[in-house]
Amino acid sequence: MAAARFIRARLIRAAEAPPIVGPAAIEVFARRHRLRPYEALPWLTALGAYVLFPGYLPLAAQTLATILFALSADLVLGYAGIVTLGQAAFFGTGAYTAGILAANDWGEPITGLFAAAVTAAVIGFLSGLLILRSSGLTLLMQTLVVAALLREAANKASAITGGDDGLQGMQVWPIFGHFEFGLFGRTGFFYCLAVLFLCWLIVRRLVHSPFGRSLTGIRENVARMHAIGAPVFWRRLTVYTISAGLAGISGALIAQTTSFVGLDSLGLERSGTVLIMLIIGGVGRLYGAFIGVPLYMIAQDRFSSIDPVYWYFWIGLLMVLLVTFARGGVLGLVDRFWPAGRRL
Amino acid sequence: MSSGPAALETRGLTKSFGALTVANMIDFRLEQGARHALIGPNGAGKTSFVNLVTGALSPSGGHILFGGADITTLPQAVRVKRGLVRTFQVTQLFRGLSLLENVTLAVCERRGIGGDLRRPAGDHREAIDEAYALLEKMGLAKEALRPVATLAYGRQRLTEVTVALGLAPKVLLLDEPAAGVPTGETGRIVEAIEALSPEIALLIIEHDMDLVFRLARRITVLVQGRVLVEGPPAKIAADPQVRRVYLGERAAR
Amino acid sequence: MSIAFSAGLSVAFHGIAFAMVLYLISVGLSVTMGMMGFVNLAHGVFAMAGGYVMTGLMNRWGVPLPLSLAAATVAVALASLPIERLLYRRLYGGDELDQVLLTMGLIFMSGAAAQYLFGALQQPLRLPPSLNGGVRLGFGEVPVYDMLLIGCGAGLVTALWLGIERSRFGAKIRAAVDNLRMAQSIGIDTSRLFALTFALGSGLAAFGGGLGASLITIAPGYALDNLVYFLIVVAIGGLGNIRGPFFAALLVGVADSACKYLIPQFGAFFIYAMTMAILLWRPHGLFGRA
Repeated sequence: MAAARFIRARLIRAAEAPPIVGPAAIEVFARRHRLRPYEALPWLTALGAYVLFPGYLPLAAQTLATILFALSADLVLGYAGIVTLGQAAFFGTGAYTAGILAANDWGEPITGLFAAAVTAAVIGFLSGLLILRSSGLTLLMQTLVVAALLREAANKASAITGGDDGLQGMQVWPIFGHFEFGLFGRTGFFYCLAVLFLCWLIVRRLVHSPFGRSLTGIRENVARMHAIGAPVFWRRLTVYTISAGLAGISGALIAQTTSFVGLDSLGLERSGTVLIMLIIGGVGRLYGAFIGVPLYMIAQDRFSSIDPVYWYFWIGLLMVLLVTFARGGVLGLVDRFWPAGRRL
Repeated sequence: MSSGPAALETRGLTKSFGALTVANMIDFRLEQGARHALIGPNGAGKTSFVNLVTGALSPSGGHILFGGADITTLPQAVRVKRGLVRTFQVTQLFRGLSLLENVTLAVCERRGIGGDLRRPAGDHREAIDEAYALLEKMGLAKEALRPVATLAYGRQRLTEVTVALGLAPKVLLLDEPAAGVPTGETGRIVEAIEALSPEIALLIIEHDMDLVFRLARRITVLVQGRVLVEGPPAKIAADPQVRRVYLGERAAR
Repeated sequence: MSIAFSAGLSVAFHGIAFAMVLYLISVGLSVTMGMMGFVNLAHGVFAMAGGYVMTGLMNRWGVPLPLSLAAATVAVALASLPIERLLYRRLYGGDELDQVLLTMGLIFMSGAAAQYLFGALQQPLRLPPSLNGGVRLGFGEVPVYDMLLIGCGAGLVTALWLGIERSRFGAKIRAAVDNLRMAQSIGIDTSRLFALTFALGSGLAAFGGGLGASLITIAPGYALDNLVYFLIVVAIGGLGNIRGPFFAALLVGVADSACKYLIPQFGAFFIYAMTMAILLWRPHGLFGRA
């Protein structure tokens, strides 16, 4: 009750407040990219999880890497408005790149990450060059087919990739020659956390730049973007390439921390579930990935230990309900009650 | 009329979709600093003409000249950069974004910083200042930080014009600037258009005859993709052909 | 007659049988996407449901094949009506992302439900002995069932085309695909038309899924694993098109069967590559309208 009253009071205050004008308005607008206190929350939560749940570090590391994957998908879907069913193509490319290197006597993890990022970005650039002139359903199909092509290639090139059985025999060296990937996942956790943090800095910078704002413009209204003279195709291709690189890093992180790469890393299911995670958190808003992915991963871990098969039934039901009743995800619900939080 | 190149000119501009011809050998001149209106009954090809000129459609024949230079094959974005700017009949704005953001995006593209991925957008102060000054000039400063979608439609139409001004147009094509606005609010839009810099050549595509006769000093009547007649407002109002195909049609309603 | 020639013919035969199944399943998808503007990734669910109902009736209760197939078709068509009304209709012509998420959700749910009800293994199709053998034709032996499949498929396709061409209902479908707003303005009750079309498409998919259970095995992963194939047929055939997907299915079916016979080491790679090339060359499909 008290909370409701507080919220109502805030809403009324916001509505009655005189509009901000003049230099003050420009100041508010120009400072939108400043760091806010709540932005420390994800990182504090991660460190808190390290202290409180030491038994779950491998899961936590997977979650962090998957957040990066969802972040990459959000750049494409949430910012540039490209509905993709093929984001796994880049995740898998990164995973296989790092994996194949580590299985062939190059287990140095950080160069492995770079190689994964570059390979995935190249695939992203080349496929984007071909497909991003399309729109709507054709584009959706093309993203799907790119991923299917790569998956089938990985499936059939079993001499290199292990095919259906997955890639085995990865030897990942210690980070900086010192920190070994151990059984308890401490190294893996901090490795993923550090990489996610660096990538988040890049993405944050990107979405607040004029380039990032113009992506939002493309999502909001392509016709208007053309009419103000923006090179829409090149903007899309640029973000598609960057996003592919980030997805590649994410795939490499999971490959290196689990020492395994399977065909599912290129699969449609992965492309689909990342969309679900985003929709749970909220699309196109930088922090949707940080909320949706942990919720999904923790729920999956809990539910599958009770009932491994029917997890998909419940997640499917959740998707249907979300689409039908709660577009905007968790952050969308926050907006409803706390409009000032829109910037999240 | 004036010597030197026209702000915008078409020569024999033609566009057909199969058997349907929406533009038929249109010869048209928009002088520097013009206040020119393009009128015609529904389906006369007015919006197609705008789409051809701005590059959203490519013509089947003829030429388009901008300040004397042939731009017939240039892509839309390049024409915008040169100062050939349009507004839309149905408001095309970033509805979820604030007015200031809408205009700032346009200003950034014009200044060539729209693709900058390294600096935060807020650091480009000159662009934001310019966008805000435009909103102030159009009387939209109070709403600058509000999302477009929360504004009354008349205010959105004004925003549409402001975004176009953010592109520093030399030629501005206003496609029914007052379409969909309640009659009580059209006055504000007309005033804003009257106050535009005399250096901008204006082409107003309009249905509302009061508005046309108030704003335009020259009128072209388009019927079935052809120029029927062209001249000053008094001549157009008195032209029997125009009365029959256009004004008569309205009067009969 | 050379061995290569007879092998070629039997590959073609198998490909045509596969194409029939693909077409029956995909034609409804093409119409849903073209007419309602709906990206229905879950269309394969109806084919899977048809397969499960049919094999279930046959294997558990010994119902004869024709009866099981008919029951599966009708049951799925009827069951699709409330799904269309409650979940699909509100998203027609709407946001693609919503459609993708909704139908992905349905795929996940149906896969889990199938596993719960029937287990993880694929459903066997136990054919009566009369359908189980092969027939010697000039070029070699072909399975009786494949012949039956092609025959049934061809019959149904003919009936469907004639129906769409000649009947009032068919005329309405063609009008709505052609220009939805025009169709509404001349008084076609589009919400009724959508529901009936959806049910027809789902029923055809169920028929195809059941009849084709020998070629596309019925298992919980059905809708997801075969999604790309169904979408490929629609994308090549052209949205909202009824005949296009038939030729697309023939192309995909025969090419797939030939590739898997001649160059098994590449699997489905060439089909995907071909699809990509076609979509780049003609974004609206080989038989679609620009």
